[in-house]
Amino acid sequence: MNDLSAKVDVGAPIGESVRHESAHLHVSGRAVYADDMELPPSALHAAFGISRVAHGRVKSMDLSDVLATPGVVAVATASDVPGENNYGGIVHDDPIFAEGLVQYAGQPLFAVAATSMTIARKAALKAKIEYEKLPAILSIRDAIDAGSYVTPSQIVARGRAREELAKAPHRLQGTMTVGGQDHFYLEGQIAVAIPGEDGTLHVHSSTQHPTEVQNVIAHAMALPAHAIVVQCRRMGGGFGGKESQPALIAAAACVLARKAGRAVKLRLERDADMLITGKRHGFIADYDIGFDDMGRITALAVMLASNCGYSADLSGPVNDRAICHVDNAYYIENIEILSHRCKTHTVSNTAFRGFGGPQGMLAIEQAIDDIARTLQLDPLEVRRRNYYGESPRDVTPYGQYVEDNILGRLTDGLEKTSRYRERRAEIAQWNAANAIVKRGIAFTPVKFGISFNATVFNQAGALVHIYTDGSVLLNHGGTEMGQGLYTKVAQVVAHEFGLPLSAVRTSATDTSKVPNTSATAASSGADLNGKAAQTACRTLRTRLIEHACKTHGVEPHEVKFTKGLVQIGNEQKTFAQLVQSAYQARISLSATGFYATPKIHWDRSRLNGRPFFYFAYGVAVSEVAVDTLTGETQLTRVDVLHDVGKSLNPAIDRGQIEGGFLQGVGWLTNEELWWSANGELKTHAPSTYKIPSVRDWPLHADVRILEHAPNPEDTIHRSKAVGEPPLMLAISTLHAIRDAVAACGTAGAIPDLVAPATPESVLRAIDSLRSTAD
Amino acid sequence: MKLNVNGQEHEVDAPADMPLLWVLRDLIGLTGTKFGCGMAQCGACTVHVDGVALRSCITPAVALAGKKITTIEGIGKDGDHPVQRAWIEADVVQCGYCQSGQIMAAVALLKQKPQPTDADIDAAMSGNLCRCGTYQRIRTAVHRAAELSVVNK
Repeated sequence: MNDLSAKVDVGAPIGESVRHESAHLHVSGRAVYADDMELPPSALHAAFGISRVAHGRVKSMDLSDVLATPGVVAVATASDVPGENNYGGIVHDDPIFAEGLVQYAGQPLFAVAATSMTIARKAALKAKIEYEKLPAILSIRDAIDAGSYVTPSQIVARGRAREELAKAPHRLQGTMTVGGQDHFYLEGQIAVAIPGEDGTLHVHSSTQHPTEVQNVIAHAMALPAHAIVVQCRRMGGGFGGKESQPALIAAAACVLARKAGRAVKLRLERDADMLITGKRHGFIADYDIGFDDMGRITALAVMLASNCGYSADLSGPVNDRAICHVDNAYYIENIEILSHRCKTHTVSNTAFRGFGGPQGMLAIEQAIDDIARTLQLDPLEVRRRNYYGESPRDVTPYGQYVEDNILGRLTDGLEKTSRYRERRAEIAQWNAANAIVKRGIAFTPVKFGISFNATVFNQAGALVHIYTDGSVLLNHGGTEMGQGLYTKVAQVVAHEFGLPLSAVRTSATDTSKVPNTSATAASSGADLNGKAAQTACRTLRTRLIEHACKTHGVEPHEVKFTKGLVQIGNEQKTFAQLVQSAYQARISLSATGFYATPKIHWDRSRLNGRPFFYFAYGVAVSEVAVDTLTGETQLTRVDVLHDVGKSLNPAIDRGQIEGGFLQGVGWLTNEELWWSANGELKTHAPSTYKIPSVRDWPLHADVRILEHAPNPEDTIHRSKAVGEPPLMLAISTLHAIRDAVAACGTAGAIPDLVAPATPESVLRAIDSLRSTAD
Repeated sequence: MKLNVNGQEHEVDAPADMPLLWVLRDLIGLTGTKFGCGMAQCGACTVHVDGVALRSCITPAVALAGKKITTIEGIGKDGDHPVQRAWIEADVVQCGYCQSGQIMAAVALLKQKPQPTDADIDAAMSGNLCRCGTYQRIRTAVHRAAELSVVNK
């Protein structure tokens, strides 16, 4: 067996760019994903049978041809679910198998298990289902008109928005429109359910939330949670799409496994994945904004409305986060935010990197861009004039103080290194001289709240074992989806014991090792699990120090762990020798650690409090070229300066910034979800749904981490969360396109550019600008 | 049918229409090659047939008798192929799922063009999607692999 792990070992490493713990496995095809696990010989393969109509009553469902297909072993419908037929985590409105009523085209009605994947898929198509079609609500506006919501609308207000709007020196109205986004993790949703003794189930699930998968299975199978073990070693991408959705896949696999009495693998093929599972929420925002001659906002009234799809899923928290990010980087004294959570007959939308935050930010960023264009000011100047500042300009609409604001420093820094001003002038010259290709530039900031809005989820557990050879096995509730969490937490553990990274191994996330965990989401993985693991290590270290003090007659401060050695007074031992000695003295070498984020509180009914432990900040400048004849855009250059506190691992953090940014660019420019008039998603494969490719990464990209900026809050080694915030740096790309489009109109004209800024959308915006100019 | 995979002859009993991907994964047990989309649009299933990159998810295995098939498991001993080393050095990988395909595409490209430009990389690899967005590092790593390959000669 070839093993490169020794080569990746660079010592006890906080703040070092140590390699991803699985890098040597990834590059040799030896990293094992759920689909790669060896199955029991009798294992079956499953496929869903899905609704073909967006809204309707099932008049009849005849599955006899499905069952009669050679190779088919079991079919499961709602009536086969022994317990609760639901996988909705908050509101229990998500049936595992729809019964009687279907509410989106793609909704699972049954599942079939067969001796091969091909047989299962072909058999599923043989179902004879008759529907009585019902009227389908497919758009946000139609849902608002019908009063169709998944959860009640919310309002957050401060000051006197309406009065101040009425007397504002300037006032404008507009609408921000943004589409949804498919996660398009390269590894589709998958679960393997293996029946064990006494009715227990062992489940391999590609999930960001093993505990929720466990709980949903327990309820669905009418079993206590202790009978279910859910494991996940790694995902081939998650991005939020594997927070609530995997419970559906895993529960269906378990129902089939119970029925067939055999292991069942349910792996969605790409089209099924895109049709069945939830996506990022599309949003509209109608805004009414007042401002003075300098572009300073005096009041804002905004209605946010999102397409939640047919059920609540995580839409309540997603929209709460949207509310909490309408302010983005800006102090808005008088503000009123109304948030509608619209129920439509489409797939139920879910978590996606940013979790509503990006959509909230897009609203204010567009409004500010409108202000700048109206007053013919540099949008960056208008942004800066509205930044949060000293008291009283330091309180968010939801009552949290912005105590750690470093946007001034970030903005000044990037303005210089990107040569924003000079390039803006050069682009204006270019645009004056060129009619066909227009260029655009935009500088946008990000302030993103870190912590789950719901205080309860901000907790984590870890389990650390030291074996008598001095090697350390780490387990924590966080899951690895490529973000480098396992690497970062292992770094924390190695550091606590002064060990090289090769001495620490992380075992698969497992509900039987660390229970009752939160989703690895909200960018919080390293913050929460790093601290929990550190706590466990410190318990163990204290035991080892006490033991060393006893055996060597020294004081605790005379015991030091470094480079795999332990200095005890004047004597040196290897870590393994000290551990051996502790074992001989019958000292426990295993400990749990627990962490609960301090300082945070949130009144869900009033949407007020301090939901976030801290904020993460970033700034970006994008430059684009737009072909005004075809509507095609090219991102020619991006400059980023991003705040990760004191980085645990700069290589991993920069990777998150690069990747998050590009994923945001995809969402806002290229990735278009398109439904037919019947409510069928027609972009359900990479042939029609285009995520960024290597061509979309600009040839000039300068991505930097802000140096010397430790988190003022006591986070793990003063680092900051980095998973989601960089996605919103891509708003600069959308606004650069907006800037280029604006160059087609007269000065002061406001482009009506709908995101994603596909060629069609860009051409529409150009046409509309030119027709108003005529 | 008989297939030559990574220099080894395999006798496999596969349906005539079975794509190579499933023969590799399910019958031979080489799971390094991944299923991404099943329609040759994402590149996760990229392997080499006689040294040329090919999408194994839509290629019937039966068409490949007598040809030399190489998978991610077969490109280097102990993961020491210059492309693998460059990939590790450049910290390319995030989730890893697409990377077998990326590496196979890069190896095939370097065989054709030992010193590719960014434009060559974009042209050869734009069909290999990475949702984590590691493209900047893929470009860096391909250039680095080109250097390492020269040093190796």
